Amino acid sequence: MTDLTHLTRLARSGTAPRPEQIADSVRRRGVLLYVETWLVASKTWALSLLIVAVVEPIAYLLALGWGLGNLVDGRGSSPGGVPYLVFVGPGLIVATAVMAAHQESTYPVMAGFKWRRLFHAPRASPLTPAQIALGQLGGTMCRYVVQATLFWIVLVAFGATRSGWSWLVVPIAALTGLAFGACVTAYAAGLADEGYQFAMLQRFVVMPMFLFAGTFFPLSELPGYLHWVGWISPVWHGTELARVASYGASMSLPAMAGHLAVLLGYAVVGTLLSMRRFESRLSR
Amino acid sequence: MMSPVPDSDAIITARGLTKVYGQVRAVDGIDFDIAAGESFGLLGPNGAGKSTTMRMIGGTLGRTGGTLGVAGLDPEADGPRVRAHLGVVPQQDNLDEELSVRDNLYIYGRYFGLSRAYLREKIPDLLEFAQLTEKSRAKVDDLSGGMKRRLTIARALINEPRILLLDEPTTGLDPQARHTLWDKLFRLKEVGVTLVVTTHFMDEAEQLCDRLIVVDHGRIQAEGSPRELIARHSTREVVEVRFGADRNAEVEPRVRDLAERVEVLPDRLLLYSDHGEGVLEALAERGLHPVTSLVRRSSLEDVFLHLTGRSLVD
Repeated sequence: MTDLTHLTRLARSGTAPRPEQIADSVRRRGVLLYVETWLVASKTWALSLLIVAVVEPIAYLLALGWGLGNLVDGRGSSPGGVPYLVFVGPGLIVATAVMAAHQESTYPVMAGFKWRRLFHAPRASPLTPAQIALGQLGGTMCRYVVQATLFWIVLVAFGATRSGWSWLVVPIAALTGLAFGACVTAYAAGLADEGYQFAMLQRFVVMPMFLFAGTFFPLSELPGYLHWVGWISPVWHGTELARVASYGASMSLPAMAGHLAVLLGYAVVGTLLSMRRFESRLSR
Repeated sequence: MMSPVPDSDAIITARGLTKVYGQVRAVDGIDFDIAAGESFGLLGPNGAGKSTTMRMIGGTLGRTGGTLGVAGLDPEADGPRVRAHLGVVPQQDNLDEELSVRDNLYIYGRYFGLSRAYLREKIPDLLEFAQLTEKSRAKVDDLSGGMKRRLTIARALINEPRILLLDEPTTGLDPQARHTLWDKLFRLKEVGVTLVVTTHFMDEAEQLCDRLIVVDHGRIQAEGSPRELIARHSTREVVEVRFGADRNAEVEPRVRDLAERVEVLPDRLLLYSDHGEGVLEALAERGLHPVTSLVRRSSLEDVFLHLTGRSLVD
């Protein structure tokens, strides 16, 4: 008999919200709910990520900022009139955010649709595919923020910032991560299967951006016919802005607005496309 | 095909429900009503349109034609509101295997916007129902297939749904695990949950369903309770006799008059009759002595194979 009581409570405890209330609540805050579950699910790898997120910047700054930096500064040819460490720091923050975005937006997206089917679980709830897409991008955005914040702290510890506004590199890096990540998410969500595409993306998009989009030297050092790599790359726009924030690199207001507009443009287009791709992928 | 009159008690109503993919009519104009508190089965071979129908009910798949009402709402127009009424057990588990049992329930509850306080109360009850209380902190990856399935069903109950959609709930489980699940599902029905079950297991349909439709090629081939279907489409008993692979076909003309229907299979003859023992005696009188013989009650499986054919459909 206690069993029947238990079952009745299971089926109708009287404490569950009515379906209409559930639907209203999810309609209003579904994206935040999904971001929260993304964060809960991330606890399986959060610790290892945090360790990497501290160790990686230290390694980069030691090797490039000090090692290579001493060489560059010794020749008196440091770009931007600041020590090389100060120059390269904000570039590295942006570049690592974009590499994180590549990681989060390729295999995990394919896994969500196909291998682990994790997007299909919320699909059976009142969440819409568009909310799932936004929540997914929101969750990954949280990762970029955490990672960039840790990098910025290391940067400050290395004495590699020159401005009271240097903390702005965190939102700039996160926005750059989103600009790239949203576009890649939309791309991954449209793939039926992963053959070689993600590896190609790594080799032919992420690596060139890392090498040729102003992270290690100003774009102007490259021959003119390669400048377009920077122009179309979110990394260059993010890096230029991050340098203004980090050490007050000189830039006109319209130029700043232009860089910001490009990043926002990528982010908005990528997000809208992701929402559409999630909708069609989860509705068949 | 019978056309059911609209039923005011119906919690799910389909009329002329159709789904076309390119040239394929996956669901081809089906009508059904599911009453609140009923256990309703969709039976059919693979590719018959069962899962497609389930997805249309959940509003995660649009329809090509017809009307569909779930709890008074149109799932295509009002998907999220319809799904707030539903518990869904998908064909393929989509638990997060990296996370603990408890976290899977918590996360799923949050998809429905359920408060942390509510979930704190609810999760232990669900764990008890799924007999996973001890496993609360175990990783899903470490659970057996039966445990995962029970967890998926418990998860579907998190919002106290009035309707539970179960897409092949016990496929791939061993007999013990299947019986445990059937027992749990049956008891949910007892406390008023409407069950909609797709299956291609006849024993499952006989155990679980008050009423069912047999679907093939996207159309309803038969409708009724398991008992009614057997009475309508089969005989009370079936006599299975084996004369040896080479002789079965050759014996068939000599026994045709003994049963309502005779079916020749490669390894045996099936004689459908209301009086199995009588058929066996008549065989002996004719000097026919099968290598083995068996009289059994007719089952839903006989109906199913009669209606949907024995050949493999891929």
